[in-house]
Amino acid sequence: MWRRSASFILDNRPLQGDTVTNPESRLLSPPPSSSMAETLQNPNPDPTLTISPYYQTRAAHHGVVTSDWLAQAQAAAGGDTDTRSSEQEGSLKSAASEKSFPVIDEFNNWRKQPDLAEAVAAIRALASVIRSSEATTMMELQNELKMASDSLKSWDMTSISLTAGCDLFMRYVTRTSAVEYEDFDSAKSRFLERAEKFGEISYKARKIIAMLSQDFIFDGCTILVHGFSRVVLEILKTAAENKKHFRVLCTEGRPDRTGLRLSNELAKLDVPVKLLIDSAVAYSMDEIDMVFVGADGVVESGGIINMMGTYQIALVAKSMDKPVYVAAESYKFARLYPLNQKDMVPALKPIDFGVPIPLKVEVETSARDYTPPQYLTLLFTDLGVLTPSVVSDELIQLYL
Amino acid sequence: MDPRRPSRVIDPKVRKVGFFTPGPPPDRTQSGPAATPPSQSPISNTLSPIMIPPARHASDNLSRAVGMPVPAGSQLHGHPPVDSLQVGSYTLSDSVLSPSPTRSPSSRVGLDGDFSEDSVNWMKRSNSGRYTPVLPTGGPDLTQSIEASIDESSGDHIAELQKNPKPLKAKTTKAERRALQEAQRAAKATAKGEGNKSVATSATSAPAQTSKPARHPSQKKEPPPLVSSTPILEKKGTEKAPEKDRKKEVPPPRMQFDDKNRVEKAKKRSVVKQTEARNRVELFRHLPQYERENQLSDLESKFFQLDNVHPAVFKVGLQFLSGDIMWSNARCISMLQSFQKIIEEYTTPPEKTLTRDLTTKINASVSFLIECRPLSISMGNAIRFLKSRITKIPLTQTEFEAKTSLSSDIDRYINEKIILADKVIVGHAVTKIRDGDVLLTYGSSALIEMVLLHAYGLRRRFKVVVVDSRPHLEGRVMVRKLVEKGVSCTYTHVNAVSYIMHEVTRVFVGAASVLANGTVYSAVGTACVAMVAHAFHVPVLVCCESYKFHERVQLDSICSNELGDPDVIAKVPGRKDNCLDDWANKENLQLLNLAYDVTPADYVSMIVTEHGMIPPTSVPVIVREYGREHILI
Repeated sequence: MWRRSASFILDNRPLQGDTVTNPESRLLSPPPSSSMAETLQNPNPDPTLTISPYYQTRAAHHGVVTSDWLAQAQAAAGGDTDTRSSEQEGSLKSAASEKSFPVIDEFNNWRKQPDLAEAVAAIRALASVIRSSEATTMMELQNELKMASDSLKSWDMTSISLTAGCDLFMRYVTRTSAVEYEDFDSAKSRFLERAEKFGEISYKARKIIAMLSQDFIFDGCTILVHGFSRVVLEILKTAAENKKHFRVLCTEGRPDRTGLRLSNELAKLDVPVKLLIDSAVAYSMDEIDMVFVGADGVVESGGIINMMGTYQIALVAKSMDKPVYVAAESYKFARLYPLNQKDMVPALKPIDFGVPIPLKVEVETSARDYTPPQYLTLLFTDLGVLTPSVVSDELIQLYL
Repeated sequence: MDPRRPSRVIDPKVRKVGFFTPGPPPDRTQSGPAATPPSQSPISNTLSPIMIPPARHASDNLSRAVGMPVPAGSQLHGHPPVDSLQVGSYTLSDSVLSPSPTRSPSSRVGLDGDFSEDSVNWMKRSNSGRYTPVLPTGGPDLTQSIEASIDESSGDHIAELQKNPKPLKAKTTKAERRALQEAQRAAKATAKGEGNKSVATSATSAPAQTSKPARHPSQKKEPPPLVSSTPILEKKGTEKAPEKDRKKEVPPPRMQFDDKNRVEKAKKRSVVKQTEARNRVELFRHLPQYERENQLSDLESKFFQLDNVHPAVFKVGLQFLSGDIMWSNARCISMLQSFQKIIEEYTTPPEKTLTRDLTTKINASVSFLIECRPLSISMGNAIRFLKSRITKIPLTQTEFEAKTSLSSDIDRYINEKIILADKVIVGHAVTKIRDGDVLLTYGSSALIEMVLLHAYGLRRRFKVVVVDSRPHLEGRVMVRKLVEKGVSCTYTHVNAVSYIMHEVTRVFVGAASVLANGTVYSAVGTACVAMVAHAFHVPVLVCCESYKFHERVQLDSICSNELGDPDVIAKVPGRKDNCLDDWANKENLQLLNLAYDVTPADYVSMIVTEHGMIPPTSVPVIVREYGREHILI
């Protein structure tokens, strides 16, 4: 539509040659380059390339960690990523353990169950904070909870569902008339009751979503799945159990090959599966009836933040008029509003290219992208099947 | 005949396309100057299609008029005076004005006092139209003699003829069909009431009716009277349908300024001298268009005569009128504070209750303020809040208690809904400003300025492009303030927005209101900026306090808007001889100075309110969830 003309506003932009050497000047170039944005936006104390803890957890759960990319990660982070991040974790842990209750330990215990989502683990951990609290006043208890949830959130800034889950827990549990109870013990038990109820709801969310989504899977349909989402797996599993005949196309899911794992799981269920490389999505879009994706987080605009490649698939699907369905539990609803791709807290993930990459070559290591709401058809959540615009409605009601 | 028919069909549509000059649309000239009987031509331009329902029996008239090149007189045989008069006057105007067709109508009026401006208008417009003086039917002397009886209504009757072609075409618009129905109904009603009145009465009575208003200077600029639903050629010979009947059927929800009766009534009540503007823009006739020149001085001189208007309100009104207070927040706050003064000095008169009497008092002040400048939506919301507070005062409360509680309510409204809300919005909006951003803002908004300065205070490194536009050039104030603080700025006019947009990473604009469909109602030009930004994939952030949200839905900028002083756009400051200096005297020139426009939700990425950052689709949620609380506070 237009060609980039000479800059008027940014006329003091340095020559192309300096941009590489001088990172300061780069800040002024009109489209902020990705690496700059990342270093600026990364709230983590350590700005060098680290593996997002969120993806470490996922890797540990899914067992698709390849030694290659660990090595790559180490090379990228100067060889001590692992030690440093574990140190970091350790320091956090010790900080947490100084407090009355070691939330992180509790959280890690829960987290070991592979079927349990991170947010649910956090919710369980927070519930146990209430249970073991020795506070004698409401204020004290609330402060304790706040501290616990803060330490959980700071444990992994990159996990949207963890942050959102903690926030929602605080909202749901502490915003009750119980705060005004005369008797502290009964108020506390009311808190606990709500906390456990919330944990239960969150735990059951996946089943509810799987049930709701069955109406959308018809016999003989072909479904494209991107990434490994436990909700999507649950949906497909339920559909298979309901004797529906459908075919699944799995993307490979580079770099952590999450698609391979999903295809393994589906093969076990005797669902016909076909594997695609990530770049073959447009090629096979015409034989697809619907796209199913999970979500790392659902943001206020109704869009989703999900594994890298989701946006691309949604764009292709939109241009070919295929529905894109998102399966996400309501604890992933986050009060975020990215305006574009770079307007997010980046989660970095090193990529294994199989061959050594020269140092001069820059590698895009962002692990997720943002899909705007206009490319999504419906969201399957435990609150019901929602259009993207309802997300903000729900969020406003949850948070305000 | 055939080529002509489409031209007639198009005719009203052409007129509807907004801001137009009354010159004939190009396609009409195709029909050929001599082909159409002149009786149909002259006034066709002056009449709004919306206002004139076609006659019931229009089609047969038309078929005759169009189908046969019969001289106009033969079909109008019932009204020879009108007909010949019309033709005659046409030629007269031609002959008189031919040397200088653009001569001001006032000179014409001077020539023969009884001429209403409208008749002059249509005649003159006919000049500029496609018709060359073909029919020298009536000699000048004839026209002179009948001139006195020419008036708007006769113009109307001829207009009726003009309109007749319409029903012929297969498709009529809904509005037209409805108008037709109404006309028929009205005709029936009057026929019953008045029996068979001779047609002649209508012909004679018409001048009598209208000659009176024609002499009033303020009336001069009126459009031809609304519709005379019944045409002269009515076979039953009915009179003009009384307009009241039709008004009662469908009471308009808002004041429509093309409704003559209501305007008259409003004028009687009004305090501010309101002279209707000349050359009013056709499409915006439903909005008030007044001459601005003398309003301020006139109102100032009335200071001691206006007992019912509180001095505080009077002051605020003057400030609105003179444009000293322009920003919607400032207007709202000053209005509320003046009301606060009213309440403080209020004592309930004996045998009256506070709730009733105070409400009427506030109402009077509000209508005074409306006369000074139409209310903004935010002010409407604030007034609604105040009134609901007043009505909720329990009868048991003493006057003093009621007054203090109201006063503190107003204070809280100002603090919570405006001042505190602004602070929260600034906090939200700043999170979207990152180092290296280039922010574009349009015009001037106090809120956006706060956002930018706050971000600058946080040592974010960003640049600002301030886009400005005539006539107010508000952006200059903003640029000055930003530059003083050290923000690096670029100042440009809206003409350059498409050039500058590719360097911009975020667009921040303020809003006068956000409507329930996510539409942003804001200073004129915002929509243009937002659309350009959308085309360049630049996110548009609208900052707006939620007290400005409104549950109304608006699809275009026409239905509800505010018209500014057209003189402002005619005059370029610093230029000595403006081309448009005497624009008011040019009949075929109308200036449109819109105050607001409407940005569709598609072009808005995000609305920043004190409740957080929300997509435009969530505005109804805020209205629903907080609309009630807003009243309860």
